[in-house]
Amino acid sequence: MRLPRFEYYAPETLEAALSLLEDRGEGAFVMAGGTDMMVKMSHGRLKPKTIISLKSIPGMDMISFDPANGMMIGATTRLADILTDLRIETHYPALIQAVQTMANVEVRNMATLAGNICNAAPSADSAPPLMVMNAEVSLASVRGERRLPLSDFFRGPGLTLMQAGEIMTSIHLPAPQVGRGASYMRISARCGVDIAAVGVGVEVRVQSGVFSEARIVLGAVAPVPLRASGSEASLIGKPLNDETLELVSDMAAHESKPISDVRASADYRKRMVAVLTRRAITQAYERSTARHS
Amino acid sequence: MKHNIKIVVNGDEYSLAVDPWRTLNEALREDLNLTGTKLGCGTGDCGACTVIVDGRAVSSCLTLAVSVDGKSVTTVEGLAPSGDELHPIQEAFIKTGAIQCGFCTSGMEIAALHLLSNNPSPTELEIRKGLSGHLCRCTGYNQIVEAISVAGEKMKKCCHEEERS
Ligand SMILES: Cc1cc2nc3c(=O)[nH]c(=O)nc-3n(C[C@H](O)[C@H](O)[C@H](O)COP(=O)(O)OP(=O)(O)OC[C@H]3O[C@@H](n4cnc5c(N)ncnc54)[C@H](O)[C@@H]3O)c2cc1C
Ligand code: FES
Ligand code: FES
Repeated sequence: MRLPRFEYYAPETLEAALSLLEDRGEGAFVMAGGTDMMVKMSHGRLKPKTIISLKSIPGMDMISFDPANGMMIGATTRLADILTDLRIETHYPALIQAVQTMANVEVRNMATLAGNICNAAPSADSAPPLMVMNAEVSLASVRGERRLPLSDFFRGPGLTLMQAGEIMTSIHLPAPQVGRGASYMRISARCGVDIAAVGVGVEVRVQSGVFSEARIVLGAVAPVPLRASGSEASLIGKPLNDETLELVSDMAAHESKPISDVRASADYRKRMVAVLTRRAITQAYERSTARHS
Repeated sequence: MKHNIKIVVNGDEYSLAVDPWRTLNEALREDLNLTGTKLGCGTGDCGACTVIVDGRAVSSCLTLAVSVDGKSVTTVEGLAPSGDELHPIQEAFIKTGAIQCGFCTSGMEIAALHLLSNNPSPTELEIRKGLSGHLCRCTGYNQIVEAISVAGEKMKKCCHEEERS
């Protein structure tokens, strides 16, 4: 395993990283944990001219939380540090569900959430839970900063709204709210070591015993993490019972557009979308009522 | 252009000039001749290349050598620095029959060290989860799980004695 040749920088400020990225132009890539990039490079699928590591920028690995404004996760925060953060465990358990199934101990000690999003694999485990929880991402370039909802971010496998010269600086989650609950369920051939064959994220709001809001995002069954808007609509106004679950989970399977590959057949994936949607809605419902008390 | 880096490996400081595309695995095995750390898959899937960098177990095949400049690395050679007395983890691996061909062993032992430093009394499930990134083609894993739990007990005892003395 020999890597292609590239030049390497580890700037100590975001400004320096941004001007390097701008200056080097095409062929320059930022690297966070490197767990996607190193694999792609060793397979010859990525040949960067320049690598700009973000890991020497102080403070970029911070996690901050306040009950009014929600959670901010810095772009170089490692997955392992998300897993041990009690505030995330308490307020955003669906994110923990995703991160704990990702990869293995060693990879989680290197990899980042921002890297998982920027890599934009259709199977990226963090995308469904972050999208259903209305996450936003902050992007910076030498021209300034902008903040986008994650639901608009993905454009295709490996494709995002991020423009050349932009660096993701942080990920934001809105403040936890009473009456809302979220869940993420995934299935794969070999637990976390293999990437997801299907992943389903759900967030619901429950008022007077019926679903008043719902967001359902399906992972690994379309070129991008897929909003199942028909299924969301069919959940509104209904109570949690078998009839509701059957209706909505069948609809989600119908809305998914999976392919057959080494991990699973399209038919199996559709069936699993139904099973996981049912389980995730049930758990999101339970979490929403737990937050009432 | 080569980068000059300084790394502390198993307590010894080294200055190296490395190409940016050199992995930590290559630097350890080829530049420092520390061949206890293995290279299996090269893609983060097998765990054979696991080392500890600043207290965290990582895959040396997915780590650039330049990125560990100024950091401290522990490899399997660091478990028993004198070579005379084995580390409790190594002892337990031998006693429970957790080694056959040995190719996975250095990665397994380093993962065990990382696990036991963060969680001195792991349950069987916690041990299995801690090893989920490690493949072994020989032992069937049960002896490895047992070895780690035996080593955990032993390590607690020796630390306890050190505290008392
Ligand atoms: C053995 C193994 C198992 C895995 N299992 C899973 C799994 O179960 N689920 C899963 O979803 N993924 C899995 N992955 C993939 C990978 O680990 C994750 O996608 C990880 O979160 C990537 O983060 P990183 O920091 O390592 O990204 P990097 O490799 O550093 O970067 C990935 C991409 O994002 C870009 N990028 C990174 N950070 C930024 C930033 N701040 N701004 C702009 N662009 C940026 C890079 O240029 C690159 O194109 C696995 C990988 C391995 C090796
Ligand atoms: S060689 Fe690094 S994980 Fe297999
Ligand atoms: S002992 Fe042979 S691979 Fe584990």
